[in-house]
Amino acid sequence: MPLKCFEVIILLFDMKKVNHGKTASRYLLLTLVFLLTFSNFSPVKAQDADPKKGKELFNSLCAACHKRYKKATGPALFGVTERHDTEWIYSWVKNSSALIASGDAEAVAIYEEYNKTPMNAFPQLSNKDIDDILAYVNEPKATKATLPGPVGGGKEVNGASSSMSQDIVLGLLAVVLAILVGILFLLNRSLKRFAEKSGVEVKSSCDASSCRPLWKAFVENQFLLLVSAVLFLLLSAYLAYGYLMQVGVNQGYEPVQPIHYSHRIHAGDNKIDCKYCHSSARVSKHSGIPSLNVCMNCHKSIGEVAEDTQAKGLAEYGVDYNKEIGKLYKAVGWDPNTQSYTGKTDPVKWIRIHNLPDFAYFNHSQHVQVAGVACQKCHGPVEEMEVMYQHAPLTMGWCINCHRETNVKMEGSEYYDNIHKELSKKYGVSKLTAAQMGGLECGKCHY
Amino acid sequence: MSSKKKYWKNVEELENTSMAQKLKQNEFPEHIPVNDFLGDKETLEESTTNRRDFLKYVGFSTAAATLAACEGPVVKAIPYVVQPEQIVPGVANYYATTIADGFDFTSVLVKTREGRPIKIENNELAGSDGVANARVHASVLSLYDNTRLKAPQVASKTVTWKEFDAKFLEKLARIRTEVVLLTSTFSSPSTSQLIKDFTKKNPNLKHIEYDAYSNTEALDAYEKVYGERALANYDFSKADAIVGVGADFLGDWQGGGYDLGYSKNKVPQNGKMSKHIQFESNMTITGANADERFVATPTEQKKIVAAIYAGLFGGAKVSLSSKLSGAVKKAIAQLKSKGKKALFVTGLNDVNAQLLALAINTKLRSEALNTASPKLTSVGDTKKVDQLVKRMQSGKVGALIMVGVNPLYTYANADAFEKALDKVALKATFSTHLDATASKVEFVGALPHYLESWGDVEFNKGKYGLMQPTIRPLFDTRQFQDFLLTSVGATTTYDAYLKDFWNQEILKGLSFNKALHDGVYEINNQAAASANLAVVNNTVISALANAKPSSGLELILYTKTSLGVGAQASNPWLQEFPDPITRVSWDNYLTISKSDASDLGLENYNVANGALNGSYVNITVGNSTVENVPVYIQPGQAKGTVGLSLGYGRDLGGKEEMNVGVNAFPLYKNANNVQSSVKIEKAEGIHEFACVQLQKTLMGRGDIIKETTLEIFNTKDKKKFNTTPVVSLDHQVTPVTSPDVDIWDEFDRSIAHHFNLSIDLNSCTGCGACVIACHAENNVPVVGKSEVRRSRDMHWLRIDRYYSSEETFEQDNEKKEGFAGLGESLSGFGKMEDPSENPQVAFQPVMCQHCNHAPCETVCPVAATSHGRQGQNHMAYNRCVGTRYCANNCPYKVRRFNWFLYNNNDEFDFHMNNDLGRMVVNPDVTVRSRGVMEKCSMCIQLTQATILEAKKEGKKLSGDDFDTACSRACATGAMSFGDINDPESSVAKSLKSDRMYHLLEHVGTKPNVQYQVKVRNV
Repeated sequence: MPLKCFEVIILLFDMKKVNHGKTASRYLLLTLVFLLTFSNFSPVKAQDADPKKGKELFNSLCAACHKRYKKATGPALFGVTERHDTEWIYSWVKNSSALIASGDAEAVAIYEEYNKTPMNAFPQLSNKDIDDILAYVNEPKATKATLPGPVGGGKEVNGASSSMSQDIVLGLLAVVLAILVGILFLLNRSLKRFAEKSGVEVKSSCDASSCRPLWKAFVENQFLLLVSAVLFLLLSAYLAYGYLMQVGVNQGYEPVQPIHYSHRIHAGDNKIDCKYCHSSARVSKHSGIPSLNVCMNCHKSIGEVAEDTQAKGLAEYGVDYNKEIGKLYKAVGWDPNTQSYTGKTDPVKWIRIHNLPDFAYFNHSQHVQVAGVACQKCHGPVEEMEVMYQHAPLTMGWCINCHRETNVKMEGSEYYDNIHKELSKKYGVSKLTAAQMGGLECGKCHY
Repeated sequence: MSSKKKYWKNVEELENTSMAQKLKQNEFPEHIPVNDFLGDKETLEESTTNRRDFLKYVGFSTAAATLAACEGPVVKAIPYVVQPEQIVPGVANYYATTIADGFDFTSVLVKTREGRPIKIENNELAGSDGVANARVHASVLSLYDNTRLKAPQVASKTVTWKEFDAKFLEKLARIRTEVVLLTSTFSSPSTSQLIKDFTKKNPNLKHIEYDAYSNTEALDAYEKVYGERALANYDFSKADAIVGVGADFLGDWQGGGYDLGYSKNKVPQNGKMSKHIQFESNMTITGANADERFVATPTEQKKIVAAIYAGLFGGAKVSLSSKLSGAVKKAIAQLKSKGKKALFVTGLNDVNAQLLALAINTKLRSEALNTASPKLTSVGDTKKVDQLVKRMQSGKVGALIMVGVNPLYTYANADAFEKALDKVALKATFSTHLDATASKVEFVGALPHYLESWGDVEFNKGKYGLMQPTIRPLFDTRQFQDFLLTSVGATTTYDAYLKDFWNQEILKGLSFNKALHDGVYEINNQAAASANLAVVNNTVISALANAKPSSGLELILYTKTSLGVGAQASNPWLQEFPDPITRVSWDNYLTISKSDASDLGLENYNVANGALNGSYVNITVGNSTVENVPVYIQPGQAKGTVGLSLGYGRDLGGKEEMNVGVNAFPLYKNANNVQSSVKIEKAEGIHEFACVQLQKTLMGRGDIIKETTLEIFNTKDKKKFNTTPVVSLDHQVTPVTSPDVDIWDEFDRSIAHHFNLSIDLNSCTGCGACVIACHAENNVPVVGKSEVRRSRDMHWLRIDRYYSSEETFEQDNEKKEGFAGLGESLSGFGKMEDPSENPQVAFQPVMCQHCNHAPCETVCPVAATSHGRQGQNHMAYNRCVGTRYCANNCPYKVRRFNWFLYNNNDEFDFHMNNDLGRMVVNPDVTVRSRGVMEKCSMCIQLTQATILEAKKEGKKLSGDDFDTACSRACATGAMSFGDINDPESSVAKSLKSDRMYHLLEHVGTKPNVQYQVKVRNV
């Protein structure tokens, strides 16, 4: 066990080094600029069709079941115009079921191939819209080698230049200092030589009897000794106290998880509500780590991330998000090629970050559902965290402080009606803190 | 002048012996084996490690260990891959199911957390069949028993079920002679049907039902009168007068479950309550609860039954001692005056007595006797087993399949059974443990626990219970029913079969899911059976009236509340459960009256640390002897009788600590619980009991248990039966409840909730279900026999049992008041420590009283125990440093100290030291560590959960919405819990009752636990 702990601590330090939020945004901007310029060069096949508009439409209507270059619930759409006649595509998109019903051989073949899952009808799409979408899906896949390469390179150059300028400044300063020291030394020597030559006796500022080394003078000065001893003791007591008080406080604990799960992408970029995944926070004492079937609600159709996200992951965090999604598929037993479950599962062994001791009772639903406390109040800016870490110290003092300061949300709850009336009369206040409700009593959290 | 005086320390010095010389030189003249305990002298001298080095090493390693300990371990969290819809981690689910282990048949609710059952609750929908006793409450721990049979075995080798079936069926097909299926009472309609199907395929099959504790005579009597093999069912709530003769109906008599009805009329309402007269030999909880109890030997009891019958309906005169005939007259008068509202029951294993009991109730037209829906849960016939043994001996039986029975342990003549078993070609048993029988047969099928099984039970005619699994089987076990289905070649599993069977035969169109949800289903169209009283003739009466007294002692074999017939002997909660009457845990023993004990030179005495010791005896009945049975001198035991409980002394294998007690089944001859001509002789040695209560009598301290009679309660002022203690304040008599005499300032508890627990001593039968419920809810550790003996038991809730030193507590009080002078009181109190021969008994559940002015709180140096606004006395374990000041300052002695680490410690090899046993732990309650004080928290985790639910739903709470584990377990209503700030709640009302008092009120602790004065109808 000790070895394991040690490993994790090392990993923890490693992760901390990677965690540099501010420079990240700068890279992001760079990447975006790069991507935008790059996209301008992408070949556009149909002159009148607008792939930009097509992308919008594709993302809103098709992306749930289709991918451009990969099979999903439906077939991959890249090159669909080569497989099928455009007119046929128009009628298929607008009402596939009718086409199948009419006995069209091509349509029936596709219907059979995809487990007789009918495609939704999109009668609202005009032929122009469908052309736009086709233009978008027919864009050739940008090769990975060309895409992230220059971005990564750019970053390195950029990063090196910024640190280099600092180094240069520091180096220059050091050189200047060294020169100054040299000058002083030379000056001293030449002065001495000059004095000797001119016959001036250089007197030492003290003679053997009256001159004592500084430390001796210090030791003999009892007052100074006492004061410094007291100061030393106070300082070491302060440091020892500080050290002991942080024992068991794992604020900032950021272990490496078996799957690199980015809260930044899910809660931040995609604005998924915390309680969509951590649904038991509403009803239970546990917030609950979502079961993998919850992940698959979305990841059934999201087999890989957007290109720019992927690029950013590689560039900034050294993470291949698509590989991480692959880990999820392996754990849940999902075969993305056949789009089916294999039944072979391998549960994910997450490393628990927030560890309350056994003797402290904490209930998520009390805080989330009853009190309406935002998750971020305790867990910090989760939507910005690439890797989840412990934001709060989770000490008793921290709990108590909040209970002292926070007013209880009582409006509209019949439970509180009488209690609020009587308590506010007793304390002479209109708002009541959790502490005034009895939230500081030992037995409320320890039993 | 210098003194020449010689001072000497002892005579030896004066005489200057060599010894004295030695002493002068050396403090210890004898050689002290320092080198022996410091190891080899040579290596010690050669060692380069000197003392300083040693201290350095110790210092460094301690510092290193401390630093290393500062880093927490890495905790893994593994979520479901696919989360079941019903399961939310942290939220409990409840399922209704039914226990049916051949002895206990009860419909229960099972609380599960994250898919594991952690607690048993009463199923209120099932009425009296849904009242869990202590054993049923503890049965959840038996699920996690790691001594269970984990896979089927053939010839002591673990096999797969496929192999088992193949080998077994192949052998069975070759059997041409009789095939016997020996089972416990299933009382399962679907299983009966399955056995019928099986019989079709194996026409030479014979099914025999066998109960370890037999009710054969009662069944025979009922069959004679009502033409059906069942046990009479009684509704005690309809009886205003109850006369019991040797029937422990609050215990396990005829399956038990009568306490719910019994206690309904035990609380005085409008000046009325039921009257209960009991005649018995052993002191049972039924006798302890009776309004009047009379001791009678079994022979006398037979006469009493005849006398009561004769007194009611005429017949021959029965000769009885003057005391008993007076008592019988009282009983007759009661039965006569109450008529339809009267009930007579007897527990004698005698057909005649049972016939008369049925005749009395039928002739009185007793409303309590329910012949429409008789009990079906104990229909075993021991005579058939006797015949089976004979047929086996003569080689007529080709195959014996046993299910849920352990005859080599429970059958009186186990040796004969074992010899006969040798002559059977094919032997199989289906069992949960590798018990005495299973270790002697070829085929051993591993049965699952009832919480892993499907099934159904017909408790009473027309009243059904369903059993459903609450967890997947933990081991490679399979139900016997599935075996039957396989052997008849069916492809369905038992659960599908059960559902079909219920839909077709029982529910007939009603929803199966609803029945499964409720756990019970009742068909209310049963007609009352007509009685054939012609069988009750004069020979029946005269046989009883002329019963001859036994030549030697009479032995009454009974089942203890803790173990029953021993099916759950490996359950540490039950082993540590103190018997309600004797307060002894981890043992069975011979109960004997004081005068018989002194005649035989037997004794009980307390050693210096208070623990109880007792003599050993050898008991001989006929040709069977049970050796080294410890003796417990039992007040209230009828002279000339002794009692011994069954169910102990089971050789379980594995855990040594659990193999306690002696096996009394060899004495259970002819399955009769009364054995006459018993010889007892004193044996060598002294037995060490683990008895949790030292004091026997109340010694006239009427302020602990307040008791009065119905007459006084009805006619007199509260002052007479429930005086509030007074003190002198400025020479004025002031009640202790007055704030003027209080040294404390009162806190304001009028806002939000203020919890109170009310305990009604009238309806508390002392059954102990609450003790086990508390155990399960609060993760109370099991400490083992030797620790209990050191008074280190950890029960948060104990049920004190007090005897009177006179015939009644009232007489005790009068005697105490009458003491004149110091001399008399000194000798008098000494005498009052001894209970009388037939003492009055009272039970008092005591847990933390949650004093508003708690003495424990003020003495805690670290403020680990403090008071909450809701009236609960909090205990912060992580703050406690274990000074034990609080326990010393507690006037109620309810605080428990963790002397050791009881979990994850192999020194305490019970259930908390293995992963399986720990699965029963309630995740909402901290598991305490060593050196920490603990006590009843008034189930703060439950009150907080109730409040949280209300907050989530935004609803107002009423005072009766709250519960504790004990109040939930208490079906008799003796314990009720709630919020006294709600004036409509039951506890707020009981607080104002005339019967309400607080324990040791004169101490001024202002407890939040109320007691209600016990009223006896004498």
